[in-house]
Amino acid sequence: MSETLVALYVFVLACFIGYYVVWGVTPSLHTPLVALTNAISGIVIVGALLVTGLESASTAAEIMGFFAVLLASINVFGGFLVTHRMLSMFRKQR
Amino acid sequence: MELSANAQALSYLISAILFILALKGLTHPASARRGNFFGMVGMALAIGATLLGSEVQNYGWILTGVLGGALIGIFIALRIQMTAMPQLVAALHSFVGLAAVLVAMGTFLNRSAENTLNAVLMGELSAGIIIGAITFTGSVIAFGKLQGLISGKPVRFSGQHVLNALIALITLALGVHFALSGSSWSLVLMTLLALLLGITLIIPIGGADMPVIISMLNSYSGWAAAATGFTLGNPLLIIVGALVGFSGAILSYIMCRAMNRSILNVVFGGFGSEGGESAGAQAAERGIRSASVEDVVYWIEDANLVIIVPGYGMAVAQAQHALKEMMDLLEARGVTVKFAIHPVAGRMPGHMNVLLAEADIPYDRVYEMDEINPSFAMADVALVVGANDVVNPAAKEDPSSPIYGMPILEAGKAKQVYFLKRSMRPGYSGVDNLLFYQENTSLVFGDAKETIEGIVAALKGTGH
Repeated sequence: MSETLVALYVFVLACFIGYYVVWGVTPSLHTPLVALTNAISGIVIVGALLVTGLESASTAAEIMGFFAVLLASINVFGGFLVTHRMLSMFRKQR
Repeated sequence: MELSANAQALSYLISAILFILALKGLTHPASARRGNFFGMVGMALAIGATLLGSEVQNYGWILTGVLGGALIGIFIALRIQMTAMPQLVAALHSFVGLAAVLVAMGTFLNRSAENTLNAVLMGELSAGIIIGAITFTGSVIAFGKLQGLISGKPVRFSGQHVLNALIALITLALGVHFALSGSSWSLVLMTLLALLLGITLIIPIGGADMPVIISMLNSYSGWAAAATGFTLGNPLLIIVGALVGFSGAILSYIMCRAMNRSILNVVFGGFGSEGGESAGAQAAERGIRSASVEDVVYWIEDANLVIIVPGYGMAVAQAQHALKEMMDLLEARGVTVKFAIHPVAGRMPGHMNVLLAEADIPYDRVYEMDEINPSFAMADVALVVGANDVVNPAAKEDPSSPIYGMPILEAGKAKQVYFLKRSMRPGYSGVDNLLFYQENTSLVFGDAKETIEGIVAALKGTGH
């Protein structure tokens, strides 16, 4: 099986996991859900690190990679922190 | 220390599991914070494993980028107002989109220098760039509309859909050409057209359809991450991309269902453009009743059950803190206070819940539409604060109404209904609200926050 086909397997199965997990999310937490998915889609930082850190990367590639790292980091740090801020406000009746 | 490829792959697997558990945590507010923590650990693990792997050899640019991003991200996350969450989310979506484009471009440069390009890879790069570019400019437009930088009004012109379809077709054709020939010109043109498409796809959609747009762009940002995963052959990015992509898609579906519209209907616009003389217009001749703060207090202070229906107007007036104070005063008198949330209330999914939580209103007092609807018939007072279409009985009774078929909060079944309204302007759908003319309904004109503060003052004044 080619590498691309393996990737396709992973992708399709992950779609099923996403489908079932997200339907379980309570509607009252839909805004934190969007913020959390913002944070975890910052995972493109992994791609940005691989592009930027490559030993043979050209300056042009390094600059593009740098901006990708910067943007993805904003998502990661900003996303998790703002999700935490929101979730801390959800309290039960005392 | 350098991590072996297998150790790195195993770390990615663990971090994928942690991300799934993070989303799973949002099943309930009590487990949600732990879930978010799992997400942070998963991300730290993924970044650590990547940095320690054999591919990453230069750290200068990386450290600067991460530090800069961390500072900006933390600053924004601490400063942002909860009412501005939709804008923040739109901005973050645009960053993911742009980052995906840059990663794809950088990968192209690196791989062409190494001479390891092939048609499959370049096809994947095209997909990553197209989705990323649409996410980027689409989110920038959404941000502009939410922030009020550009008009929230839909921009429509004849031939718009044909034009969009044409741009999309040419973009795809250029993508295919790039994959087969490796021509940099096709790559650049394709990128520019995809950026343009992001703009032309979002401008026809009105500001009030934002819950759907935010969800849709959320979904796109996930697909952009997944496409990046395909180009890099990285399963973690593919898994996360699929999770996020589906999350956004499901939210879009939920939002559309709550408006009884198809996603195509939202994307291609066409709302509020019809209407005309319907039952609503006839009802307008029957007149409305207006009430004063004293009238509301009279009904509310001895009620058994009061249900509050907040809408975007509550967010605009920042009335949530005053509502909390009113709720406390009423509860001290033995009145039960509940909040009823329509799925599309506000500018993004779940927006109202966050604003109420911010005002320290306990989440077990806040109910979803299906949970609360049977209770309205038992309520003495329904207080509608800055909501409109979501309580309009025309959705049930008037087949000629554009919102016919949309599920609503049945506020009209309460003994007494009070609308806190700034003016007689109809809701975003432009449809007249039949509930205004119902016998048990009165309108209280004025700023929602001032009106609630007036009620609070009166309740304090007559305290037992």
